[in-house]
Amino acid sequence: MKLFKTLAVSAAVALASTSGVATAGTLQDVKARGELNCVVTTGVAGFGAPNDAGRWEGFDVDFCRATAAAVLGDPNKVKFVPTTGKTRFTVLNSGEGDLLYRNTTITMSRDADLKLTFLGVNYYDGQGFMVPKALGVTSAKQLDGASICIQTGTTTELNLADYFRANNMSYEPVTIETNEEGQVNYLAGRCDVYTTDASGLASTRSSFDNPNAHIILPEIISKEPLGPAVRQGDDEWADVARWVLNMLIEAEEFGVTQGNVKGHAAKAGDNPSINRMVGTEGDFGSMIGLDKQWAVRALSAVGNYGEIFERNIGVNTPLGLARGLNAQWTEGGILYSPPLR
Amino acid sequence: MAAETSSSSNPSLFYRLFFDKELRSVTIQVITMALILAFFFFIVNNAVTNLETIGKGYSFNFLWDASNYDINQTLIEYDSRSPHWRAAIVGIINTLLVAVAGIILSTIVGFLLGVLRLSSNWLINRVVYVYIEYVRNVPVLLHILLVHGIVVNTLPIPKNALMALDGSLFLTNRGFYLPKPLFEPAMWAVLIAFIIGIAFTIWFKGYARKIQDETGKIYPVLLISLGAIILFPVVVFFLAGVPVNLEYPELKGFNFKGGLVLRPEFVALWIALSLYTAAFIAEIVRAGIQAISHGQTEAAFALGIKPSRTMQLVIIPQALRVIIPPLSSQYLNITKNSSLAIAIGYMDIVATIGGISLNQTGREMECMTIVLAIYLAFSLMISAFMNWYNKRKKLVER
Repeated sequence: MKLFKTLAVSAAVALASTSGVATAGTLQDVKARGELNCVVTTGVAGFGAPNDAGRWEGFDVDFCRATAAAVLGDPNKVKFVPTTGKTRFTVLNSGEGDLLYRNTTITMSRDADLKLTFLGVNYYDGQGFMVPKALGVTSAKQLDGASICIQTGTTTELNLADYFRANNMSYEPVTIETNEEGQVNYLAGRCDVYTTDASGLASTRSSFDNPNAHIILPEIISKEPLGPAVRQGDDEWADVARWVLNMLIEAEEFGVTQGNVKGHAAKAGDNPSINRMVGTEGDFGSMIGLDKQWAVRALSAVGNYGEIFERNIGVNTPLGLARGLNAQWTEGGILYSPPLR
Repeated sequence: MAAETSSSSNPSLFYRLFFDKELRSVTIQVITMALILAFFFFIVNNAVTNLETIGKGYSFNFLWDASNYDINQTLIEYDSRSPHWRAAIVGIINTLLVAVAGIILSTIVGFLLGVLRLSSNWLINRVVYVYIEYVRNVPVLLHILLVHGIVVNTLPIPKNALMALDGSLFLTNRGFYLPKPLFEPAMWAVLIAFIIGIAFTIWFKGYARKIQDETGKIYPVLLISLGAIILFPVVVFFLAGVPVNLEYPELKGFNFKGGLVLRPEFVALWIALSLYTAAFIAEIVRAGIQAISHGQTEAAFALGIKPSRTMQLVIIPQALRVIIPPLSSQYLNITKNSSLAIAIGYMDIVATIGGISLNQTGREMECMTIVLAIYLAFSLMISAFMNWYNKRKKLVER
């Protein structure tokens, strides 16, 4: 009886202390915090990895910095939250990160079921296979019975199962957690094949002692449009991040670069598109809760899409990726930003 | 009586709260309980509210959807078309496999080390001591990574596999390949012989005890039991014309096909967990044996009991009483530590339903609930069994 009473009283007290969870807009949160929490990879050379001095560098990282520059005025006010393929969405959805730039494939189930909002594509990719040259394999169709290293929690895991099933081949999946772990297992010969997005393979290969001993097979077995995402339900913040991305792509189309953006911003020119971007015409920044100079800050911090690409993963970098699909639509690619107007 | 008088003579509640021992302790308990409940209520409420805010419900329906991923070590039929619950079962079986194999190996190695630790040979004694201290004081995760690293990096790839026993055993960094026994129908006879052997042993034990109680004659129970349980089925096995075929592993393309395979992930986890836990078990065994005073042995010898019977009747039953309770917690540890499998990609319950399924469906709360429930169930089952065993071995007080 006493115990019962004790419990009843306790329950009453507990009910009385109910507390709700209130969420302010992410944009306000970021501004108040003075720092952007950007969810990135634990380390994919060229896309996002700390350099020798511990400073984060890479393709995805630069988009984070551009967003921070546009919102906070400083590309260094970013806290990078490294995640594995498995933890990235939980980290974003739990509020630990504000923005996800982590070689993430846009899919319907991630968009709808995982409750993410994808903002566009910053890299058009596809899943490929890397094998040691010594194996003498020239096509993915010859991989029947192979052991394949694969990162868990990725779309590549699902594509792989589908591809081998569709081609009636068998394989042994060797599940690994991070890209580094995959490299170690692949180089030790625990698996014959390493599979991930073709860009990831190029990145991984570039960090090998002897990159030429490995080839990437010609088959691309999936569409992997990689893009940034935010939590679903905060349209204001989604707009900010989306238009930073679109602006960086359009800046390349109109030839606005890290070098000349200050000049464009100083005086209104003849091209209204550029004027709108750099804030000499209209006030597009205020539509997304920022000021007129948002694009100028982002561009002077990291440059336009093309500059980000060439600096981190382009043909003159160890990754040596050609623009391919990721060229502007005016130059044979499918990069096509909605207009800033 | 005293409390009664004080409460009736001074009715002030505030006063009683300070000086009435019973009321005071009840009040403190109520407050503590309320705080604990409030805390948990807050946590759960927070999770529910947040899930609702982003529009995610709490539902286990995803378990019936196709999993879409493959698993390398499956003891039951499974492919990428199988539902998530089947992936969970695969994971559970893999966890159980490594836990049971680990418990068996660690017990054997642990008892051996524990006895060697008491050896009067200085060298053996010291070597075992150093080994135990080293293993016990390095985190088990490092042991797992170390063994995995050794297997994957030092053993050859399948093409250059190390061959043993004339092509029936292959060692590679993709796993250890053994011949797989394929049973013919006549194998049933051997199984039946084995069951008869066990039944006979149970009967014979009772019979031998009865004879001993009545006449004092002692039968060699152990030898006869071994004969009934092992020798008899073996004889039947050969009489039935060896009803077993061996399927040998063969190198085909990238990998060996056929045969049984112990994958490096399993081997690393099994060996590392076993050796780590064995070091603890060795100390438990040593403590158990040392807990029995030497006087007991001397007393038994003085009564003219043979050394082997002394061990069997006097030392071991008493030592087991000391050994079993801490041993159970080591068995629980090995089961729970098997979740470190994730570090090397062994597909246990954490890696399947708590890893890939979780990630591909985004059902964190549901998947984690399942994983928690399963580990809890395993641990409670092991505890229940060890408690039962402990009760059996307890000193019967007269």
